[in-house]
Amino acid sequence: MPNAYVLKGGYVYDPLNGIDGEKMDVAIADGKIVDTAPKGAKVIDVSGKVVMPGGVCIHSHIAGGKVNSGRRLRPEDHRKDVVPKRGQLRSGVGYTVPSTFITGYRFAAMGYTTVFEPAVPPLKARHTHEEFQDTPILDNGGFVLTGNNWFVLNYIRNNEMDKLAAYIAWLLWATKCYAVKIVNPGGVESWGWGKNVNGLDDKVPYFDVSPREIVTALAQVNEKLGLPHTIHVHGNNLGHPGNYEITLETMEAVREVKPAKGRRNVIHFTHVQFNAYAGTSWKDFASGGKEIAEYINKHDHVTVDIGQVIFGDATTMTADGPWEFTLHQITGGNKWVNSDVELETGSGIVPYVFRRTIPVNAVQWAIGLEIMLSVNDLYKVCLTTDHPNGGPFYFYPKIISWLVSRKARNEMLEKTHKAAAERTTLKDLDREFSLYDVAIVTRATQAKILGLKNRGHLGPGAKGDVAVYDLDPTKVDISSNPDLVEKAFSAALYTFKDGEIVVKDGEVIAAPQGSTIWVKVKSLEEMMPLIEEDLKEMWKHYTVSLSNYPVQMEYLPKSEMIEVGA
Amino acid sequence: MSRIEITPLEKPRVPVEAEVISPDVFAGKSLEEIGNLEVWRGNRKKKLKELFKISGDVGGKPSEVTIIINGDASFAKRIGQNMTAGEIVIKGNVGMHVGAGMMGGKIVVEGNADHWAGAEMKAGVLHIKGNAGNYLGGNYRGGVGMSELQKGVYGTIIVEGNAGNEVGAWMSGGKIIVKGDVGAFAGVHMSGGSIVVHGNVAERAGGEMKGGSIIAMGRLSELLPSFEYKGEAGEVEVYGEKIPGPFLTFTGDLAENGKGMIYLLKEKNTHIRTF
Repeated sequence: MPNAYVLKGGYVYDPLNGIDGEKMDVAIADGKIVDTAPKGAKVIDVSGKVVMPGGVCIHSHIAGGKVNSGRRLRPEDHRKDVVPKRGQLRSGVGYTVPSTFITGYRFAAMGYTTVFEPAVPPLKARHTHEEFQDTPILDNGGFVLTGNNWFVLNYIRNNEMDKLAAYIAWLLWATKCYAVKIVNPGGVESWGWGKNVNGLDDKVPYFDVSPREIVTALAQVNEKLGLPHTIHVHGNNLGHPGNYEITLETMEAVREVKPAKGRRNVIHFTHVQFNAYAGTSWKDFASGGKEIAEYINKHDHVTVDIGQVIFGDATTMTADGPWEFTLHQITGGNKWVNSDVELETGSGIVPYVFRRTIPVNAVQWAIGLEIMLSVNDLYKVCLTTDHPNGGPFYFYPKIISWLVSRKARNEMLEKTHKAAAERTTLKDLDREFSLYDVAIVTRATQAKILGLKNRGHLGPGAKGDVAVYDLDPTKVDISSNPDLVEKAFSAALYTFKDGEIVVKDGEVIAAPQGSTIWVKVKSLEEMMPLIEEDLKEMWKHYTVSLSNYPVQMEYLPKSEMIEVGA
Repeated sequence: MSRIEITPLEKPRVPVEAEVISPDVFAGKSLEEIGNLEVWRGNRKKKLKELFKISGDVGGKPSEVTIIINGDASFAKRIGQNMTAGEIVIKGNVGMHVGAGMMGGKIVVEGNADHWAGAEMKAGVLHIKGNAGNYLGGNYRGGVGMSELQKGVYGTIIVEGNAGNEVGAWMSGGKIIVKGDVGAFAGVHMSGGSIVVHGNVAERAGGEMKGGSIIAMGRLSELLPSFEYKGEAGEVEVYGEKIPGPFLTFTGDLAENGKGMIYLLKEKNTHIRTF
């Protein structure tokens, strides 16, 4: 019988089902995990290997307008990482901003099967979906940018929360996106006026609303609509010394928001490393990671991903236009892109190199790990690099090696500017992750925070997305062998996608189309009369007509629609 | 010392990617091993011995290896790419990218060199006795043109004939000497190093330059308006070598930071405004 496999005798790490390295079989049939395999299932001996659910990444910029602009900006970056065509697989390039096909292959080779693009300008949604189609293997989805959108700002100014809810529901449908993203709330719109917002209560020109009001209103609407993911926030003052305070203020601002049914969290603060800085200038730049971690430990309404920095080349790309302008200046006029997306958002791109010898970079590197190692409940924190902002995603295995081994961290600390040891608490942290912990922060937490029911675990009915790594936890002491851990997680022995083998011995052998996951609010049709007139009225300012705006289903060859209540 | 002669057996219509023709690759290999090195001809892999007759004495270290190419190698690209030591003599024309990214050693081209000769080179000498194409000592998209390998260690390109457009594009160090004329956009975006042209220089020299110098001993057809006259200079010094003038000196490009220099030999450039 085709489409059925039994992975026999592996050490299974499935945190959402409480399975911690138990030696057991995993059966897959017809693309799903099953209790018992049907007769004739192909048996694969994975004894002495690690078996985990397919990896899930909550935040990697892999598709869409700004990613493609980043590719066009960096020919010198591609030249050092050229991938030839191999069999059925397409040619392409890395390095920091890989081509779509290489993105799919490299994530899959690490055992990842689901990746979310976290910044979709509504007008560029069609472009994003086109790139999703060309990013093989991975299931995907986009977070739609809302924090500087004129409709949103208007409704908040006029305190029209029902209309705001209707608009968000419509926008998710129109863009076929999965979650609500907020980038530098109010700041990007202010940037259109040559300004920024620096405090949570600064007002956006003309609209006269504050970042606090934007974040709170969108959190309320998000929870009221019962969206599977919370608001996904890139904070104000990102990248600036001393910004950990506004990070905490932002988290505190939504503390009283009533969460949707079945969860306690109401905000996901993304790539928190970039928003966890103490100090008053680049000279006394230090870590605010401890304060952030303490807050997270005391409160259940916040989740984060770290946005770990990797030394070497990065391409910073974000909807945060004003920050990219600052970065362009900091880098001494490095080449850059800055753009304005009509009524919706902006964006910027600047190539950047993180250097071990530079104190600020050294501290940034340490903060990501510091936060991850200081948060008690790992169901609140995800491993990311904010690819390609902190560094390329293919360094996840390297980060895992730092998390499981204090020895590996100390070796890096020795090679890194002393500021990393002096201005963070990293050198004092003796916590070392187990493989169970690794599975939590690379799969379980990400799927749980995203509200994905059928991913990130290996219970019956879950998708047949499984990763097998060549590592025997009974023979290898991971803490003293970080290199072996890195090697194992870099090249999965097997990656199964929808119950089919897509990676074997670290090599991609099949590249099927992934699904695009998006959210439809059930009551959208009932809510539409609230905003129909407003859409028509505001659309005078758009360069595209309203009827051409929504992304058609033709752009989602494999659609996975999640209907939510409200 | 080792001297390896390679002679083209034919003149393929499809270019050959011949970056393996380099002292760094040949060093320590037997003639047989050298013959079995792989090159791409179009989309087909070929062995070096299928394209060249190979003879001579092999050597152990790159610095001891001299490679002589007997005949026209204009079909072969990337000869001497990234080489660090030794010598290559091409007794004819050569294809694109010769000596690109060189970090040492010497290449002599007795005929003409195609585009991107010495592109992004960091040290060593590239001597072209004929003409050179576009982007001589220039950059690949997004990269830096000729630059210094380390402080005080730089490359030199000498062209006896003419060179094409965008000579020294984005260069940040090193020296390009062209005995003949150069095309448009010489030194575009350059931030360091020097371009010395004994012949004439076409329009838009030094566009968006931020540093370094362009020295024209011949006539500059037209100076960009974003350069400022700074008076006359009796002589100019290029990496310790003095070139007698007198010169008209200009700084620019003021569209950038205006810290680049253009020196024009006074007697040939009376048509250039000096106010």
